[in-house]
Amino acid sequence: MAVIECKDVGIRYKTGNFRGIGLKEYIMKRATSRYEVNEVWADKHINFALEKGEMLGIIGTNGAGKSTLLKAVTGIMLPAEGSLRTRGSIAAFLELATGFDPEMTIRENTYLRGAMLGYTRAFMLERYDSILEFAGLTEFQDYTFKQLSSGMKSRLAFAIAAQVDPDILILDEVLSVGDGAFRKKSGDKMREILSAGVTGVLVSHSISQIRELCNKVLWIDHGHQITFSDDVELYCDAYEAFLRGGTLPPLQGEDGHAEQVARLAADQRAYKEELAAKGLEDTDRISEMTKEQAVATAIRILQEHQPDALNKQLRSG
Amino acid sequence: MFKLTFWKKALHNANKYRFLFEQLILRDFRKKYRRAALGVLWSLLSPLLTLFVMKLVFTQFFGRGDGVVHYTIYLFSGLLVYNFYREATQAGMSSLMENNKIISKINVPKYLFILSENVSAMINFLLTLVVYFVFCAVDGIHFSPRMLMLIHPILWLTLMNFGVSLLLASWFVFFRDMKYLYGVFLRLLNYVCAIFYQVDRFPKRYHNLFLLNPVYVVIKYFRLIVIDEKIPSTQYQVLCAGYAIFFLILGCWTYNHYKNEFIYYL
Repeated sequence: MAVIECKDVGIRYKTGNFRGIGLKEYIMKRATSRYEVNEVWADKHINFALEKGEMLGIIGTNGAGKSTLLKAVTGIMLPAEGSLRTRGSIAAFLELATGFDPEMTIRENTYLRGAMLGYTRAFMLERYDSILEFAGLTEFQDYTFKQLSSGMKSRLAFAIAAQVDPDILILDEVLSVGDGAFRKKSGDKMREILSAGVTGVLVSHSISQIRELCNKVLWIDHGHQITFSDDVELYCDAYEAFLRGGTLPPLQGEDGHAEQVARLAADQRAYKEELAAKGLEDTDRISEMTKEQAVATAIRILQEHQPDALNKQLRSG
Repeated sequence: MFKLTFWKKALHNANKYRFLFEQLILRDFRKKYRRAALGVLWSLLSPLLTLFVMKLVFTQFFGRGDGVVHYTIYLFSGLLVYNFYREATQAGMSSLMENNKIISKINVPKYLFILSENVSAMINFLLTLVVYFVFCAVDGIHFSPRMLMLIHPILWLTLMNFGVSLLLASWFVFFRDMKYLYGVFLRLLNYVCAIFYQVDRFPKRYHNLFLLNPVYVVIKYFRLIVIDEKIPSTQYQVLCAGYAIFFLILGCWTYNHYKNEFIYYL
């Protein structure tokens, strides 16, 4: 039985000039027929199913509809068509550090957030100390939330959310947070949760993370499903080649899909070999490098693609 | 809406979200009283000061109190009920917008935010009610088991507040100036609730018009029981309950109808 089953799901999003207006403006806009509500399909005809223990990586450029799809799986948004079924408890890591109350203390915020994530009182009482310890904020517990640095905030948010033992885990770019030591610590914690047989959905711009963690891949482009496949390596290669300027393959099941994907993947492999021959790092691993390596790589990329911008920056100091 | 599955789910949710609910109420109280040096005491003092000012103004300057028995209690009954309605609906209305960041990131039942504000307002009201009874004792009001009847209007008012809050919170998501418009409405309501004047001063044919105002109906219920020592007629009880049920159904329907739209507007 599938843990997550997504059948022909379409998710609509509304855009227009209706947000944050008042009743008076609404009436004025209606009267002058300047009231615009545009319904945009953020996702259309999405199909996938995950069994227990499977990990899905969603790839696609910005605005492809990845985050919207995650919101639908979480239950924050409802699909406009199709059916989306999930079995078991869901823990979602979506932009963790938002929604805290700046005027309240760390202690109060921790309990409140824990309650929102569905933890019980007994659970929170038991885990409270270890949460603060994990976040390294034990001596700050009576500070108000606004007094924390942004690094501390995301550490706290991660530490609270990471107490879960869910059936389904949803991650939006938050495999690890913070800097230096905490980055490693949070990454390890995440892997620990993932290895406990959880079914997961991961959105990440780091293709190497997708390769490492996922056994299924879903590629979305402008709301359309390019593919859902378990050949993670092939599609990650093809996606990287596409990001470097390759042609988008037709949708899965359409003519020429397999051929174009194979062509892109071959292209990417050739590119990587070329890089390796020059003794250069795979650019995707920038987040895992030391600072010096990362800066060097970034400069190399700029030299390759944006030499003008780099020179301009250097001249201006 | 009233199917068995609905209640099963509600019961399940009640258990699942009990801790969150407690934490939300705690937060409401902490936020309210963090700055105030006197803490919860302030919530008792504030209506008392209003009462004092109104009593002074209307007895000394306008002479409204003439010929009214227990004018202080008369005023207090009006203020007590009106303030409960105002606090619950105002806080309930903005609760969804204030928690918009959470609502768009974490999957929690959104009505919990509205409900917790209403429960906070009710706790406040019950505290003030204690002071109200102390005043009754001082003012020589005759206590009897009849006073227990007050549970009836309190219950209905609480339900009505929640219904109105659901309605307003839903609208507020779509129309951001509701806060100001509702502020104006509350001011108007304050004057048509007969808090400091008596309906008897108007010609008899207008008296029934006041019954169109649900808040006034509850205020009068209080006065009938406490000051006039009368038990309201059955029709009056039904009217009181009817308003509450009407607003509760209207609120629930509106909220249910629009709850999946909120995410686009928050």
